[in-house]
Amino acid sequence: MSTISSPQTPPDQPHGDPAVHQEVRGRSLWDDARDRLLANRAAMASLCVLVLITIISILGPMLSPHPFDKVYRDYVKVPASLSAYPAEDEVEPAFRSLLKRARVSIDSFERTGNVVTAIVTSKREIDPRIVRYADRSDMFSGATLGDFSEDGKSAVMQADIAFVHFYFGTDSNGRDLMTRTFIAGRVSLTIGLLATIVAIAIGVVYGATSGYLGGRVDQSMMRVVDVLYSLPFIFFVIMLVVFFGRNFVLMFIAVGAVEWLDMARIVRGQTLTIKRQEYVQAAEAMGVSDGGILRRHVIPNTLGPVVVYMTLLVPKVILLESFLSFLGLGVQEPMTSWGVLISEGARNLQGAYWMLIFPSIFLTSTLFALNFIGDGLRDALDPKDR
Amino acid sequence: MHRYVLGRLLGAIPTLFLIVTISFFLIRIAPGGPFDLERPLEAKVMENLNRIYHLDEPLWNQYLIYLKSIAVLDFGPSFYFRDFSINELFAESLPISIQLGLSALCLAFVVGGTLGVIAALRQNRMTDYSVMTAATLGVTVPNFVIAPILTLTLGGWLGWLPVGGWNGGKFVNAILPVITLALPQVAVVARLTRGSMIEALRSNHVRTARAYGLTTWLVIVVHALRGAILPVVSYLGPAAAALLTGSVVVETIFGIPGIGRYFVQGALNRDYTLVMGTVVVVACFVILFNLMVDLIYALLDPRVRYD
Amino acid sequence: MTEAHSSNLQLSNETVLEIKDLTVDFETPTGPVHAVRGVDIHVARGETVAIVGESGSGKSQAMMAAMGLLASNGRTGGTVIYEDRNLLGLSIRQLNQVRGKKITMIFQEPMTSLDPLYTIGRQLAEPMVVHGGLSWKAAHAKALDLLKLVNIPEPEHKIKAYPHEMSGGQRQRVMIAMALANDPDVLIADEPTTALDVTTQAQILVLLKELQTRLGMAVIFITHDLGIVRQIADRVYVMKNGEVVEEGGTAQIFDTPSQPYTRMLLDAEPEGAKLPVKADAQILLEAQKISVEFALDTGFFSAPHLLRAVDDVSFSLRTGQTLGIVGESGSGKSTLGRALLNLLPSDGRVMLNGRQIVGLSRQEMRPLRKDLQLVFQDPFGSLSPRLTVGQIISEGLKVHATELSGKDRDRRAAQALEEVALDPVMRNRYPHEFSGGQRQRIAIARAMVLKPKLVVLDEPTSALDRTVQKQIVDLLRKLQEEHGLTYVFISHDLAVVRAMADTVMVMRNGKVVEAGATSHIFEAPQQDYTKELIRAAFMTATARAS
Repeated sequence: MSTISSPQTPPDQPHGDPAVHQEVRGRSLWDDARDRLLANRAAMASLCVLVLITIISILGPMLSPHPFDKVYRDYVKVPASLSAYPAEDEVEPAFRSLLKRARVSIDSFERTGNVVTAIVTSKREIDPRIVRYADRSDMFSGATLGDFSEDGKSAVMQADIAFVHFYFGTDSNGRDLMTRTFIAGRVSLTIGLLATIVAIAIGVVYGATSGYLGGRVDQSMMRVVDVLYSLPFIFFVIMLVVFFGRNFVLMFIAVGAVEWLDMARIVRGQTLTIKRQEYVQAAEAMGVSDGGILRRHVIPNTLGPVVVYMTLLVPKVILLESFLSFLGLGVQEPMTSWGVLISEGARNLQGAYWMLIFPSIFLTSTLFALNFIGDGLRDALDPKDR
Repeated sequence: MHRYVLGRLLGAIPTLFLIVTISFFLIRIAPGGPFDLERPLEAKVMENLNRIYHLDEPLWNQYLIYLKSIAVLDFGPSFYFRDFSINELFAESLPISIQLGLSALCLAFVVGGTLGVIAALRQNRMTDYSVMTAATLGVTVPNFVIAPILTLTLGGWLGWLPVGGWNGGKFVNAILPVITLALPQVAVVARLTRGSMIEALRSNHVRTARAYGLTTWLVIVVHALRGAILPVVSYLGPAAAALLTGSVVVETIFGIPGIGRYFVQGALNRDYTLVMGTVVVVACFVILFNLMVDLIYALLDPRVRYD
Repeated sequence: MTEAHSSNLQLSNETVLEIKDLTVDFETPTGPVHAVRGVDIHVARGETVAIVGESGSGKSQAMMAAMGLLASNGRTGGTVIYEDRNLLGLSIRQLNQVRGKKITMIFQEPMTSLDPLYTIGRQLAEPMVVHGGLSWKAAHAKALDLLKLVNIPEPEHKIKAYPHEMSGGQRQRVMIAMALANDPDVLIADEPTTALDVTTQAQILVLLKELQTRLGMAVIFITHDLGIVRQIADRVYVMKNGEVVEEGGTAQIFDTPSQPYTRMLLDAEPEGAKLPVKADAQILLEAQKISVEFALDTGFFSAPHLLRAVDDVSFSLRTGQTLGIVGESGSGKSTLGRALLNLLPSDGRVMLNGRQIVGLSRQEMRPLRKDLQLVFQDPFGSLSPRLTVGQIISEGLKVHATELSGKDRDRRAAQALEEVALDPVMRNRYPHEFSGGQRQRIAIARAMVLKPKLVVLDEPTSALDRTVQKQIVDLLRKLQEEHGLTYVFISHDLAVVRAMADTVMVMRNGKVVEAGATSHIFEAPQQDYTKELIRAAFMTATARAS
């Protein structure tokens, strides 16, 4: 706490019109809190991580070459890899097998660079439409059939190898896990944010009303909260989701409606404390209206705990969503969320570990970052150590 | 004291009534019914079933019938497990869930508490930072991620522990589920204990104890820890509720026939009585647990008296 | 408890504790703070040494450092010699053989210094078991003797009580008993009476003095209150900013102080009396049979239990007069102050300029609020922490002078700050950037900006250091003279009330015990309670005030 050392104005300093002196700027508690937060390395690193994950989740799906719901039948559950698919030794067998499906036999196979060429023969006349077999495959593109022999029973088939990258591997349907993880990030973060806003809105209004009105009203309102506390809420959420269908909107309303209780208690406690503060009494003694007191004295001083609680509620909600997803009650295919991906990953852990690893890393880093930011905010806004 | 307990128990009745009413009508206004199978049943069979289960009567009557039956602790027949009553199902599954939950609760508070105290005594040093980072990790990694990893390593690759099943609650079968269930709570308890312990160590009465040359043991355990435990005790209630939630996941993953698993099945199959029964039983547990917490609190803190 | 010690002068000259060049530094996020900067203090066997200083002078931290009780970010330097051992260099185990046994301590906060979870008996017995090797049973028996020694009523009963079942004064007696349990050589008393009511304060001091003469230990008395020092100390150290600025015998320090700072401390006692107002001054405020009741324990269904906080109080006050309301905590004086401003519901009549204000709604009161202002005790709690000083001061103008522009309001705020001798450029700063005294000036500026007629001052000086207290008292008197203000001055501090008030009202348990002109009340009190209160307050101060 910095203290201005000289209480008295030095007599030799002329004042003139006092309103002219504007140069002394104060440092508000918010300024102090911001500085403390900026100095908290764990919180700042977490903030960077969070911003990065958010940007990736928003932009990633747009930049990714793979649509999040595109199925690559040739690449089901392929491991995460930095090098491109198809791998060197996969090209020839794949090309041969697709030609086999096209019911032509192969006389010669040659690969030059990224182009494969094969002389194909058949007992009957070769239907030019067999290029579709190559095009339909995920590994080749731009297939052409040319150099037909006179009887049409032999030809040269040429196709480009379509190189694709699956940095996170693919899932059990052959969809790119990276794009899906990014899309899932959008969903999980949105649910986290929206549900938290719902919870905070209900909690703040309820708690502030209860605390500010006080007396019997306060007692009744808090009794309601006590009763709701003893409800097995998670079971209610499950019931809601099961019976009313897996609806994105319903889900965050349900989660938000569950999580507002703590917020209401916190805000009520804060409001009661602030109401007893002498500066509120001073404002009352000055004749300031209820609205003015709420606006100028109560709300700014409850904001700190609300912000902290909000930061800590987002990870809770994301976790709750993933919990519902794990039970198969999350968002519906082909949409996905981190919880959905993780539960799929958990089922495929043996043999396809990347399906669990990558979404888990994203989820855990997000939750980790949010927790550290929350702790950092709490330390910054309520510095008890000093 | 007796009057207080009695009062609290009586006070729980309206709460329970409210819970029953809300869940009953919530379930019933939802679309779908217990006998809506993929292949529709014959009209005659359907009618019979509806009559047996009173589904043909007005909703209001059904509600009264249900209230009457749970008043004598009869949760009715299961709609899905046709040959069983809910009471029979619970008789089997409830002890399993209780055993699982209590073991996890003990583990969480013993391990979490110890870690929290150690971190507080080493505040702002390496030990503290590691414990707190591990605790944050524990809060952030969902138990359905932990469970398969533990299963795969300890159960699959190393082959030390069975990967699933309950096997009548044998110790080796219980280890993985209990750990999985307890881990997030270990983390929460550790953070909570650390916080209250640090506060206690700074309090004036602990300063008095140090000023009077009491041994480190007396200062830390007798004077600081006992006060620091109080907020942790208050967390017992929420912890129990969180464990109930967690048990749904853990029982599903490890294939343990407890009520958590029944609940999800019941909900998915529109097994009205099973869902209702679970909600009521769980609510009773939460209420009882909160009462117990308050009594323990009064035992530990002479300033709290229920007379 | 032996009577073997005697206050023989020969023995007294032997030094029992010697502090040399003690420094205490704290590592803080904003850089190191040097709390104690090279302090030398020596204490002879059986003597009473006072360490005097204002808040932040480092007097408590020096003693905490000597006892190894600093916060974890504190570092010490120098030596603290007790029986040829440097306490600062000892391990905790070695230090524990000294503290609590040979050197004991009592603290400022009687409410929190005892463990709330254990009985008094157990806490008293603990140091005896640890240091004296007594069995728990023997220790309990001795604890009972100690409780009798410190005059705790019903000791057999109280030994089983928990701290929260005792009053602040009783808890401090228990602390003293604990300090005496192992026949210490040195007792460090850190502001032991500051948190207590005046009459309790006096009792604790008498007890300490009596026990010291009986048991013969040395006492180090840390205090900001010079009155206490004069009464009990043999020698005095005056501390300022972590250094000892002056030391000497008590008489020498009080009669011929050599340092200007010491002189300033001595002169900080509020002096003089208020000049009376003209007899024909208009009656501004008249209270008739005011009562305030609080509902305690509002169970949802049970009928509320009523507490009569103010009971049938009447007085009248002329323009320019000051009414001093005196009483100990719980006497209802603050409640009365708020009832006068109609800030809480009350019964009876409060006539402001002949108009009854009890029962007026908030809307009806609003235009009257301009004339009625309130200044609080706690300068830290009474200023909204997230508004600038300028916003705080001009808030009232927003309500009552709606015709003013933002610029005009700002100018008025600046003028108000000048009036309380603060630099107007400070108005863009926030309350937490100011010291306690400065904040109280800001609170006064907030009250003055509306040019009120009546100001209720609720313990406006109690949270401040003596020197600052004096400045605030002077400021309040100056403002009263300049603006013809009428004050209701609520305080437990009789010295300040005597310097401020025309008439005094003594309150106890919500009732008026005695009321009258200030000089009457102080020179010829009629009621026993008033006499006791005045004796307790001035047993220390009178010696110098004459």
